[in-house]
Amino acid sequence: MTLSVAERERIKVVGPRRRWGDLLVALPAAWLGVAVLAAVFAPLLPIPDPFRQALLRTLQPPSAVHLLGTDALGRDVFARSVLGLRVSLVVGIGSVVFGLGIGGTLGLVAGYFRGRTDLWISAVMTVILSFPPLVLAIAIMSYAGPSLALVIVALGILFVPAFARIARANTLSLAEREFVLAARAMGMRDLGILMQEVLPNLVAPLIAYSMLMVAVAIIGEAALSFLGLSVPPPQPTLGGMIAAERANLLEAPWAVFGPALFLFLTILSLNVAGDQVQRRLDQREAAL
Amino acid sequence: MLRKALHQTGSLAGILLAVSLITFLLMNLAPGDPALAILGETATVESIAALRGQLGLDLPMLQRYLNWLGDVLTGDLGQSFRANEPVLGAILDRFPVTLELLIGAQVVALGLALPVGIYTAYRARGPADRLSLSVALALISTPPFLIGIVLIYFFALKLGVLPATGYVPLSESLAGNLRTMTLPILTLGLFEFPLYMRLLRSDMIQTLQQNFISLARAIGLPPWRILIGHALRPSSFSLITVVGINMGRLIGGAVIVEVLFGLPGIGQLLVDGIYQREYLVVQGVVLFVGVFFVLINFVVDFLYGVLDPRVRVDAVRR
Repeated sequence: MTLSVAERERIKVVGPRRRWGDLLVALPAAWLGVAVLAAVFAPLLPIPDPFRQALLRTLQPPSAVHLLGTDALGRDVFARSVLGLRVSLVVGIGSVVFGLGIGGTLGLVAGYFRGRTDLWISAVMTVILSFPPLVLAIAIMSYAGPSLALVIVALGILFVPAFARIARANTLSLAEREFVLAARAMGMRDLGILMQEVLPNLVAPLIAYSMLMVAVAIIGEAALSFLGLSVPPPQPTLGGMIAAERANLLEAPWAVFGPALFLFLTILSLNVAGDQVQRRLDQREAAL
Repeated sequence: MLRKALHQTGSLAGILLAVSLITFLLMNLAPGDPALAILGETATVESIAALRGQLGLDLPMLQRYLNWLGDVLTGDLGQSFRANEPVLGAILDRFPVTLELLIGAQVVALGLALPVGIYTAYRARGPADRLSLSVALALISTPPFLIGIVLIYFFALKLGVLPATGYVPLSESLAGNLRTMTLPILTLGLFEFPLYMRLLRSDMIQTLQQNFISLARAIGLPPWRILIGHALRPSSFSLITVVGINMGRLIGGAVIVEVLFGLPGIGQLLVDGIYQREYLVVQGVVLFVGVFFVLINFVVDFLYGVLDPRVRVDAVRR
């Protein structure tokens, strides 16, 4: 079989770029998959006990037993990073689900009913937005005391306005479309229209945005735990590990850069994958 | 113009009132007795009762809010319990450090984002563009304290050229101040840079496709004159808005950076206040930061109208 020059050229151009694009989805997806599995099955993994202190083996460099070395109390950095990643993922996903649920609902209602409802909801969002986000989360955590549920709520509140804005904007334009008019003409009630006609069309834009927001939430949790305002010890958190071990940065960089690597790879994967998902959705949207 | 100004001032007052209410409620709806929390283990029934009276905790909530708001409006944020100094004084003492950090970070971020953003838009999809987008993605995926730790590792510990912690006031020595502020400012600037760069790049790419740019090219203007003289201004409106809005993100980052580098700014004050259970300090800093942030946004909104005539015209028509 022979190919014309033009066809060969096209394959040359399309081939590598396509593969590169697929790789940009596959690699982050693989890391996220491994991270989620490791977080879920952490107690079953063949790794050292993350809580066992060994004061004779402190700040050991990475080895076959301790993949990322040991920290200032002789605890295994790798095992602790896996547990820390668990907190990052739970908080990251939990707070975005919180923001998505509340913000999405408020935006849907505001965009559909408009008028006074819209005005009130927008006013509440303006107030939330009038605090620097991390400072608001720090304030909530400082008054109410550290706990997992509270970290999720404190960070989740920060996402409410953004999700509300997206849901509202999409609902505003969807509510003008013919299929909503048709549903109304057929006597469908507002609740039915919202749930069956509008909501399914909101899923795609909100999901793509959610992935990017999970990355932001994990950065937020890392910042809170770095300040000691996230889940309390003995539960390890990536930010907390970095804060505790940074005094030994020169002697034992692995104790800091180990958890840092977990943090970085997870956030990077979410950002790359989220970007790709959004790009593909945009293309599909444009094709419609 | 006047009507718009009045309207904006009215909503500004409303937002500031809401900010004060939220700050107040955060402290007062929190579980536990602030008096007990302040006194800690040394508390007795009598001392708690006395402090509750002193803080006005036995009054109804609305009454307490109005009293507190009245105090705040006269510049009284209360006294810190341990240091026994006025909270507002403590904040104002430390604010210059934070302000220097914030302004420095914006200068660094914009100083990097403008040339990189303009060049990569001009040579979009070229090797420099790809490289800078990858660097931007990596920076966006790194929490601010981690950027700081990497900088400390290389510049303070490995090379030993800059101090990792400590602070020299500007009034004492300019050189010493710059030495201690370089790494913190660089940390926060690098945290902010990718957002600005990507925004400017994409706006600039759109501008460069417009007719007036083709015309400028057709009459033979050199590329740098087209880019800087003609394309930059219409491409920078959203950048300016985001520079303003991002002050909030930056203040959050500043808290972390101050703690990491041991800078005595209001972020450090906030975190110390939390550790030492100085509720009035925490409340004062949160209120101060909230008000500062709202005012910045207000000013940015106004500047936006000055820069982009279309916004002014819209406002008049309305």
